[in-house]
Amino acid sequence: MNQLDFGIVIERWDELLHGVALTLALSTAGIVCSLIIGVIGVAMHRTKNPLLQAPVIAFVELIRNTPFLIQLFFLFFALPLLGVRLNPTITAIIALAINGGAYSIEIIRGGVESIPRGQIEAGAALGLSSTQIFRDIVLIPALRAIYPALSSQFILLTLTSSVCSSISASELTHFAQRIESETFRSFEVYFTITGLYLLISWLIMTALSSIGRRHFSYPN
Amino acid sequence: MQNTSPLNTASMSVSENETLIELKNINKWFGGFHALKDISLTVNKGERIVLCGPSGSGKSTLIRCINHLEAIKDGTITVAGKEMANDAKSIDSIRREVGMVFQSFNLFPHLKIIDNCSLALRRVKGMQRDEAEVIARKYLDRVHILEQADKYPAQLSGGQQQRVAIARALCMEPKVMLFDEPTSALDPEMVKEVLDTMIGLAQDGMTMICVTHEMGFARKVANRVLFMADGQVLEEAAPDEFFSAPKHERAKAFLGEILAHN
Repeated sequence: MNQLDFGIVIERWDELLHGVALTLALSTAGIVCSLIIGVIGVAMHRTKNPLLQAPVIAFVELIRNTPFLIQLFFLFFALPLLGVRLNPTITAIIALAINGGAYSIEIIRGGVESIPRGQIEAGAALGLSSTQIFRDIVLIPALRAIYPALSSQFILLTLTSSVCSSISASELTHFAQRIESETFRSFEVYFTITGLYLLISWLIMTALSSIGRRHFSYPN
Repeated sequence: MQNTSPLNTASMSVSENETLIELKNINKWFGGFHALKDISLTVNKGERIVLCGPSGSGKSTLIRCINHLEAIKDGTITVAGKEMANDAKSIDSIRREVGMVFQSFNLFPHLKIIDNCSLALRRVKGMQRDEAEVIARKYLDRVHILEQADKYPAQLSGGQQQRVAIARALCMEPKVMLFDEPTSALDPEMVKEVLDTMIGLAQDGMTMICVTHEMGFARKVANRVLFMADGQVLEEAAPDEFFSAPKHERAKAFLGEILAHN
């Protein structure tokens, strides 16, 4: 049994911090895109127009019932066949956005359905269009209602981003694997990035709560 | 104390010949339930109509048809000369003429009072924020609640919220106001402030249709009381006549119920 030697971790600390920054960036991009997909998906689903509803339902079912790793590989290997060549990090963002988006649609839809009918009727009686009612009246209270669930989904998305190392996207796990394969210090490296992932989750959680306090904290 | 003598009718004259709302042979079904049975009603400009009747009689449904919160199966609805068709454009043009106040206020909880009132001015009438806020403040002042403009709905009492809801509807400068049991969800001590606001509107000549069981209000401001039961208008009379000598058996029974404890 080898002696533990964290010297290697300290030696390559800058690389690990770079990995933290890249994972934060990757996750933030994934979160923002999945929120956008979630809101647009719910807006399409709400129209009651089958041509808009059906693709949303198919998308949610497809994504929620297949593994993320397979979705990632599919994008990574299938897109080039269609002539679309993207670097692994962009592919990872798209995969995270699609996967997180499908879950966000389900969560946000629950929030929208929790809005009392009277709110929508009040908007309609004032002459607002259904798009305006969704954007100006329904959306903020709906997001507020499901914000804790959405936040934990986004933390999950952040942690899932480590899977993107399997297509060599630039992020923390990928950097850790590189250091490990060059130094064979598996325990030290993975012990350290466990702590770093905790830090990342905490940072994302803090950011999400502060956004929640700013935008969803009206008295109720 | 609330004064229950009739208002000065000179200041509340009704234009006999200017029809604002005309409902012709309205039928409404909820699944197999025939909620409105062949109802016709004409409302002239400046008229104040009180709809009353037992629960489930169709009174709320009737006024909700006027701004298409409920779709009718057949019949015609004409508001301010516009006949309602089943397309968004026609419905929107009628909704611009019709203000509505709900039993449960339905203020938007995430918007400050001033934004609750200015939202539709900005979105529907395309006004700039400052222009819309001038109008919103004018109507908030009219319902005596301007000092609460920067609060959120949840920070106001029920009576205050309902007055804001009235101001919000007035901001759109509707030709007619619909009230759907505006005081039923209020604590007793808050009923008066809302009724006083509605009486003020009546004095200013607003055309109103109110679903309410506030008989004092009905006596004071209504030109006509319509008694509904089972989706039909069973009796239509001036308030004094209706309250002192109801003709229909159902109306007698209903008044007996609601006046038993007054």
